[in-house]
Amino acid sequence: MTDACLTFKDLTLGYNSHPAVHHLNGSIRTGSLTAVVGANGSGKSTLMKGIVGVLKPMAGSCTLAPGKRIAYLPQQSELDRSFPSRVVDLVSLGLWPRRGLLGRYTKEDREAVGHALMAVGLEGFEKRPIDTLSGGQLQRALFARVLVQDADIILLDEPFNAVDAKTVGDLIRLIKRWHGENRTVMVVAHDLELVRAHFPDTLLLARQPIAWGETIETLRPENLLRARRFDEAWHDDAPWCEPEPGHAHAHGHDDHHHHEHGEVHGHPDHESGPRAA
Amino acid sequence: MYDFLIAPFVEFGFMQRALAGSLMLALGACPVGVFLMLRRMSLTGDAMAHAILPGAAAGFLLYGLQIVPMTIGGLIAGVIVALGAGAVSRFTVQREDASMAAFYLISLALGVLIVSLRGSSVDLMHVLFGTVLALNDDALTLIALISGITLFTLAIFWRALVAECLDPLFLRSVSRLGTPVHFIFLGLVVLNLVGGFQALGTLLSVGLMMLPAAAARFWTARVEPMCALAFGFGSVSCVAGLLVSYHASLPSGPAIILSAGAIYLASILFGTRGVFNTKLRRHRHRTA
Repeated sequence: MTDACLTFKDLTLGYNSHPAVHHLNGSIRTGSLTAVVGANGSGKSTLMKGIVGVLKPMAGSCTLAPGKRIAYLPQQSELDRSFPSRVVDLVSLGLWPRRGLLGRYTKEDREAVGHALMAVGLEGFEKRPIDTLSGGQLQRALFARVLVQDADIILLDEPFNAVDAKTVGDLIRLIKRWHGENRTVMVVAHDLELVRAHFPDTLLLARQPIAWGETIETLRPENLLRARRFDEAWHDDAPWCEPEPGHAHAHGHDDHHHHEHGEVHGHPDHESGPRAA
Repeated sequence: MYDFLIAPFVEFGFMQRALAGSLMLALGACPVGVFLMLRRMSLTGDAMAHAILPGAAAGFLLYGLQIVPMTIGGLIAGVIVALGAGAVSRFTVQREDASMAAFYLISLALGVLIVSLRGSSVDLMHVLFGTVLALNDDALTLIALISGITLFTLAIFWRALVAECLDPLFLRSVSRLGTPVHFIFLGLVVLNLVGGFQALGTLLSVGLMMLPAAAARFWTARVEPMCALAFGFGSVSCVAGLLVSYHASLPSGPAIILSAGAIYLASILFGTRGVFNTKLRRHRHRTA
């Protein structure tokens, strides 16, 4: 696949030797707009962290197409709101990929920050201390930072939490604008109506991928039912997941094939790991 | 007025040295203190100050009361404790506050033990509380060097340090500087505490770091002015403390720190973000 922007090969991510994302195979097309959905604990945020690289894979790999830059908006930001800082300082952090540690901010950079603030409807907020922002305003400021980052791949982890309907509309417009600019966008979301209305592709996760492909196909009732039956808990007595000799490859992970048909990616006969009965 | 404020510094060489030394200390230590405070590590500075003692004491044991061996010893001890506590918190279940407390207590006990092996209690007082009025050329050079290194390092890593304080996860997503910058910063803390102990002693040198920073927090909501203001407060404390110590024949180290303490208490009450302005005064409010 030539236009794959992100490629997962047998990617397993997790904590304390328990997988949160289990044997994910497939790829994300350049310029695609993908929603990542699933129950709590199904591995959505973990997948995001794995892609950014703040969480190292326990097995397999996640490969980024060369020269692509990632912007990441985490679900639980470690942002310290009590730090004495203004909105413009926060958004200017997005200049890091371009200016790094020592590069001077130019006039164009400051204009880019101004445009980003305007795009999220925060013009006039430049000098506001960040501890005076509402939750939705802060979220929009963080979107502005993503705008400034000007990345090829944009990962948004539950960006619509605690955000009012109008702001959701504004944010969706921004996401569509990125999509229109041929950026690759992945968004973790819970609102299936929203996903059906705005996202062409969907990845349905339940630790293992349940379905992946066109949104309409992926979000069919039988898939959603299977995703719901997933067993969220970890089991300390779960057997170790051993690669069966030749199995992983004999399985024929034809990424392309799987992806296009929105087929089940997991290993239905895979006996490992905690699973729903 | 002249006699009271200026004359002591004009007439006496030791006062000039004390002033130069303490001002240079404030120049490096106050901005470091601002970041310590903003990273909620104010007490870490205190712990590090105690941790330096055995190194300084070992230098003292081997070479007597000499600035260079004692400084190098203090640096080594400080770095060991900072790295040890940091490593324990990263690789085990224990948090950094607990591991830091454990390490500095071990270090402090060791330090007191070493000092008592050789010295009298006068020497111990000297190491603990410093002698700003007896700064020699070596000590002044060292302090100048340390404040130069501190300002240079802060200037280089400023953006990373601010990003690491403001949004560490973001910094990790765009750069690998997060962890190195944390340790570089801890290194600056150790360096400035070591620089301060000749003048103010191991226990009080952290005072010139933290009190002006804590006071500056009540006056501004931005980092850059906060650092400048902290240095301003630090300088005023040095001048005031030395004058009080001169005129009232009080020990100079505590006098400097108490001056900084007075500024801090005044800032709590009267700072633009202090008690009177935010809590007690009735505010008119705007329509939006």
